[in-house]
Amino acid sequence: MSVAFSESARREFDALFSRYPDREAVILPALYIAQREFGYVSGEAVEYLAGLIGVSAARIEGVATFYTMYNRKPVGKYHVQICRNISCSLLGAEHLIEHVSRKLGVKPGQTTPDGKFTLSTAECLGSCGTAPVMQVNDDYHENLTQEKIDALLDRLP
Amino acid sequence: MERVLTTHFADDRYRHVDAYVETGGYSALRKALGMPKEEIVAEVRKANLRGRGGAGFPAGVKWGFLPKDLSRPRVLVVNADEGEPGTFKDRLIMSRGPHLLVEGIAISSFAMTIHVCYIYIRGEFVREAKILEEAIGEAHAKGFLGKNILGSGFDLDVYVHRGAGAYICGEETSLINSLEGKRGWPRNKPPFPAAIGAFGLPTIVNNVETISDVPWIVANGGERFAAMGVEKNGGTRLIGVSGAVNRPGVYELPAGVNLRDIIYEHAGGIKDGKELKAVIPGGSSTPVLRPGEIDVAYDIESMARIGSASGSGGVIVIPEGACMVRALMVLMNFYSHESCGQCTPCREGTGWLAKIVRRIEEGKGLEGDVELILDVCDNMMGRTICPLSEAAVMPAQSFVWKFREEFDRHIKDQKCPYGNKF
Ligand SMILES: Cc1cc2nc3c(=O)[nH]c(=O)nc-3n(C[C@H](O)[C@H](O)[C@H](O)COP(=O)(O)O)c2cc1C
Ligand code: SF4
Ligand code: FES
Repeated sequence: MSVAFSESARREFDALFSRYPDREAVILPALYIAQREFGYVSGEAVEYLAGLIGVSAARIEGVATFYTMYNRKPVGKYHVQICRNISCSLLGAEHLIEHVSRKLGVKPGQTTPDGKFTLSTAECLGSCGTAPVMQVNDDYHENLTQEKIDALLDRLP
Repeated sequence: MERVLTTHFADDRYRHVDAYVETGGYSALRKALGMPKEEIVAEVRKANLRGRGGAGFPAGVKWGFLPKDLSRPRVLVVNADEGEPGTFKDRLIMSRGPHLLVEGIAISSFAMTIHVCYIYIRGEFVREAKILEEAIGEAHAKGFLGKNILGSGFDLDVYVHRGAGAYICGEETSLINSLEGKRGWPRNKPPFPAAIGAFGLPTIVNNVETISDVPWIVANGGERFAAMGVEKNGGTRLIGVSGAVNRPGVYELPAGVNLRDIIYEHAGGIKDGKELKAVIPGGSSTPVLRPGEIDVAYDIESMARIGSASGSGGVIVIPEGACMVRALMVLMNFYSHESCGQCTPCREGTGWLAKIVRRIEEGKGLEGDVELILDVCDNMMGRTICPLSEAAVMPAQSFVWKFREEFDRHIKDQKCPYGNKF
């Protein structure tokens, strides 16, 4: 039951503790580091962080499950999240979601069998002026059309 | 027209400290450090700077709620969660003019004797978080942050803290819990954050735009800022226009600008030559307006007078041919997804609203469903820890009140007259 965080991650943990008057405040940033290192927040990573921060694993677990951006199981190499909120929907996001779903052969929430893509719907991404919008891993793609999405997804290695 | 924030946003270099300083940046900080603190707060009060996060509380008054006793350290939290559907203005500030925010933080912190600030930014804004980190680093290097700022003896550290995907964390007490490493559950008020906030310390939470207005106010005086807007709502506002318009985007306009002009002049009118059907004027939580209601000044008091709100400055434009039931369904799905679940009326109510509106849209609406929506809304008002419950009720009630015939028709015909699509 042990995970190996990288040297640089361990240095980041140390720096984080100095930012807040309370050790528990590092839980959110530490979960991001875990996700970056291992691709998702595993049970082992939760145990490790619990020990590091000095709280129970259940405490960390409760936080990790509250927030949508922590993946509790491995996701595809590319996490495609298409906004389905109002401004994007008005400009055709529902069709784009259907299109990508058909194209990849998966429903929102699922990963392609080759592990390349996970498709999700997202709530407003704070980019409504350039709707429709999707996020692929950390990057935003705006003013989407079917052609633009096709070109982008086809290009990803 | 004079602008407070966006004058240099077209310049890519402006997000770096050198270009920012060339345009006069950080001279307001220098000026503030030589002013008595009370005088800075007084200028902000005179400016009629109303919070830009949605509730519109006067910033100078909020700052005055901090306890007088300085023995406990205080905290400034900048709300960069920007989650309200239809709102995308803070992202513009952070990506095009991050030093406006950093300078605003430095001045505001000095005025309130605060030595640590956390910028709580929504997790999806990875790029903006990096830009902010870079701007903070540059400001440190120039002596605008850190120890003994510009030789004044004043110290300030600023940290970027990323949220992780939860709309509710935009609510200030939920945000504070999230910052403390907890679930983003809103807290009962009182105590208000100014008394007991982050880490048990007196805390001021302000929106990105609110804080970014502060350097201009200190540089040019509160009265001049106030004069740009209307009586109780000073300055300009960053207004995001989205949906079916020809030129969607963020427009910096004086508070009190006519809403029709925002849509037809600035945003170029309705897309594809269509007629206007409805406007959600201040982010998804604000009551919807009919086309006949948009000749109104876009400021806090004028919008309240017509029973709506300018909220967080997100104008969502709905064109003819778009189904209002479907639009409400999208919104109710959102609120039911985002309710934190602590309060029964909100948890159950948002779930019910989503379910009822969905079945109406899917052609399975029952007789009495419209009354049921209004009933559920009544039970959700004023019985909850935070205003999210009401934020769901506002669109639900107003859609039903103003577009009742569309709901009735869906139920009578047992189908969506618009073919279940936008
Ligand atoms: C459900 C909910 C979501 C909110 N989301 C945000 C947000 O994303 N950004 C924001 O600045 N304020 C948001 N607010 C308002 C904050 O609670 C708070 O009033 C604001 O940050 C105070 O800053 P201001 O006075 O400068 O506006 C939200 C409020 C509620 C009830
Ligand atoms: S009103 Fe809703 S979102 Fe707010 S605290 Fe209660 S359950 Fe949570
Ligand atoms: S509605 Fe899609 S980004 Fe806001």
